[in-house]
Amino acid sequence: MNAEAKTTAKTDGQSDVILTMRGLRIEGYADEVWHEIVHGVDVTLRRGEVLGLIGESGAGKSTIGLAAMGFARDGCRISGGQIIFDGIDLTKASDDELRALRGSRIAYVAQSAAAAFNPAHRLIDQYCEAPVQHGIMPRSEAEADAKDLYGRLQLPDPDGIGFRYPHQVSGGQLQRAMTAMAMACRPDLIVFDEPTTALDVTTQIEVLAAIKNIVQQFDTAALYITHDLAVVSQMADRIMVLRYGNLVEEGETRPIVEDPQKDYTRDLLAVRTFRKPPVDEPEGDIPLLRVENVTAAYGKVPVLSGVSMDIHEKRTVAVVGESGSGKSTTARVITGLLPPSEGRVLYEGQALDPTYRKRSKDELRRLQMIYQMPDTAINPRQRVRDIIGRPLEFYLAIRGEEKEARVRQLLQMIELDPDDFIDRHPGELSGGQKQRICIARALAAEPELIICDEVTSALDQLVAEEILKLLQRLQDDLGLAYMFITHDLATVKAIADEIVVMLAGEVVEQGPKQEILTPPHHEYTELLLSSVPEMDPDWLDRVLEDRAAAI
Amino acid sequence: MTMAVAGSAFAGQSSPWVSRIAVAAVHFFVIVLFLGSVQTNTWAAILGFLAIHAYSVAVLVYWSRMARSAAGDTVIVALTVEYLLICVLFWELFSLWAWSTFFGLVLVQICAFAMVRYWRELRHAPPTAWFGMVVILIYVMIAATAPIIAPFGETEIVASEYEPWGGKFLMGTDNLGRDTLTRIIYGARNTVGFAFVTTVLAFVLGGFAGLLAATLRGWVDQALGRLVDILMAIPSLIFALLILTVVGTSIMSLVVVIAVLDSTRVFRLARAVAMNVVVLEFVEAANLRGEGLWWIIRREILPNVMPPLVAEFGLRFCFVFLFISALSFLGLGIQPPTADWGSMVRDNATLISFAAGDFQLALTPLVPAAAIALLTVGVNFVVDWFLHKASGLKE
Repeated sequence: MNAEAKTTAKTDGQSDVILTMRGLRIEGYADEVWHEIVHGVDVTLRRGEVLGLIGESGAGKSTIGLAAMGFARDGCRISGGQIIFDGIDLTKASDDELRALRGSRIAYVAQSAAAAFNPAHRLIDQYCEAPVQHGIMPRSEAEADAKDLYGRLQLPDPDGIGFRYPHQVSGGQLQRAMTAMAMACRPDLIVFDEPTTALDVTTQIEVLAAIKNIVQQFDTAALYITHDLAVVSQMADRIMVLRYGNLVEEGETRPIVEDPQKDYTRDLLAVRTFRKPPVDEPEGDIPLLRVENVTAAYGKVPVLSGVSMDIHEKRTVAVVGESGSGKSTTARVITGLLPPSEGRVLYEGQALDPTYRKRSKDELRRLQMIYQMPDTAINPRQRVRDIIGRPLEFYLAIRGEEKEARVRQLLQMIELDPDDFIDRHPGELSGGQKQRICIARALAAEPELIICDEVTSALDQLVAEEILKLLQRLQDDLGLAYMFITHDLATVKAIADEIVVMLAGEVVEQGPKQEILTPPHHEYTELLLSSVPEMDPDWLDRVLEDRAAAI
Repeated sequence: MTMAVAGSAFAGQSSPWVSRIAVAAVHFFVIVLFLGSVQTNTWAAILGFLAIHAYSVAVLVYWSRMARSAAGDTVIVALTVEYLLICVLFWELFSLWAWSTFFGLVLVQICAFAMVRYWRELRHAPPTAWFGMVVILIYVMIAATAPIIAPFGETEIVASEYEPWGGKFLMGTDNLGRDTLTRIIYGARNTVGFAFVTTVLAFVLGGFAGLLAATLRGWVDQALGRLVDILMAIPSLIFALLILTVVGTSIMSLVVVIAVLDSTRVFRLARAVAMNVVVLEFVEAANLRGEGLWWIIRREILPNVMPPLVAEFGLRFCFVFLFISALSFLGLGIQPPTADWGSMVRDNATLISFAAGDFQLALTPLVPAAAIALLTVGVNFVVDWFLHKASGLKE
């Protein structure tokens, strides 16, 4: 890292500072009242420096990131403090002044590139818009420049990729194209708002490397917003830890990561250290669930070919792989949503009907599912009482006061206060609480096997860790078996007994956790394992060097 | 019996038994008092009714302050049932009013209940929405109490034709010598009432078919969709005129024909909105649980498509209302001697040419037209507000 050299070189003189926020206060409008969501935060950013903003959802990090552009979201307002960008106070600047700055001197890279690009225009047209609008360069120059930047960001076919539409490139490529777009006017400051959160680990590492590289090349200052401390420690020179709109801790990256001063920062660092104690080999010959040589397709597109796996009683099988590897499709075959073209699914040695419509109520009950997005997995118009109560009524014919008592018991089991939560609508719950309700709904059916489809990937790390611990405790208490679908190897290390690694619709490796996690690995498993960010600030450089050396 | 229902609803919260018994006792006492005080005197009966209205609303306000929970809807149902029984008692004991009046009053009461129930949201409604709600409420009350407040009978010929405004006939008389004000009041009941029934029918038909098509997809969707396409391909006014000419212009056929024609639009909307809900994971979860079609439509999908459907109900109501008026104006709508705003405009249209002589008399055909316009504006104000709110809630 050349961070120290850079900062010492640039501490002399105030002109070095590109952005200063002093006593920044931002309010949000909810329930007819203005609530303060950022309580007087100070930020100083020098030219060419990368500052990491880290915290959980609701910490105000995105809000601060947008405020750096003098912008507040709908329903928010900047209520106090100063935002000085290169001598201009953005809180007092007129709309015209702000418009001249945004896109040309301050740029923004959003979390979801797929949502931020206009699907109706080609990438290069969207690239050229800002430089041409701001009168920085004519269209032809901008196009040449775009191709140059696409090359520097290691996009395949830099001359041609710009002429594709957003849906014709992958998520990681799109994110890099967006970074190129932000660079178009060679801004002094770029705000990166969780640019890799929506990506697979294997893609994330490429995007991280590309961003890091280009920011260094052009010596651009950047605000890097993320909830992942491991990621930010690769990117940032300095880190600010935020919580509930307040600053918790601030400092150079290495000291923060190696010797945090505050408890909250320590909690963030300690995340992903949860480990399930090892269990004995499964007893009995007949597995609870056996997937036998399953081949399946969506229409004519083949997705799975010859997938086999066993899930034994009271054990957790983690299915790992990147997007499109067929792990969720395997779950769909098991639940009967997608009948396989070949192969079958056995439950306790008995073949299950390929489609859920023909399975008995009892078969359905014993196999429950928890989804990735708790927002869409529970009906927003039903109360917690009805969401959890329905499986009780439906499968077990429990009604009236007995049902009420059982729902309360389930709420206690998932560590939510029954009196407080039983009458709430999902809209009145946080993401983690919603996921707990989903777990309670699955538990209400008294299942033997629960399929968890990326249950923690939509959640903050601390919340995700709590959910994992809860699932583990429930397994210990109730003797459940889990099929745990995830792309996050940290989760796998935490909770799995056995691991199944999938790639392009096939199982590449499977076996007990210890066996899979100790070398020698299958090549793809190796790639997955080495792509998981570590808290070490040198990790990214080291991995890239290793990979370069390997080639 | 209703007391028991209301009582058990109160039991949902943890208030002590004493207060529950006290509430029940006061409740009972008040009702007995009202029943006892009413003579076979119309005014006393009206006062009695108003008092019971006010009282039930007060009970509800008390409840909504006490707690906000699922028990609320049970309380409303209980109070409405109880109110209905009181109305039956009135009717049995004193034979005061016709059934229609009685139903009208129940409708008013339900409106009042709904307003208390949703007071939290209503409180922040913009002035335009309040204006709309007040207009609608006044119309409903006029329609409900028409036989009481109208000075003459609906079809009664009380004087010579085209009497001037003022005196005994506040708005003069029409082309047959019937009191215009009376006809306007009864017109509210007929025009608004038929439009309401028709719209409800259109929504039941179209809404159900739309949800069914979205949930089942496949050939059911195709069959229903193409059928609707065929119906929508023919201009609706011409189609309605054609059918009504064939089947005759009874109220029944009028309601059914317009409802079927309008249900095609409802079908399209319900299907489109439900399509977005059907693909969500909670519907998949319900499917995997093994739930039946009826449960999935009613409990998983319907509550999530309600806001746009309710907004559409308001708009559709206006269209139906104008459609009936237009048909009446053309002579194929509600038939004489039933009072109806559309046909009143047509019957008195010639009076406009007297504007130079008797300005007020010339206004006569404009009064029902204005009544139509005002209600349309009012409903649209409310719908606008509701749509705005519903879209805001989605975040």
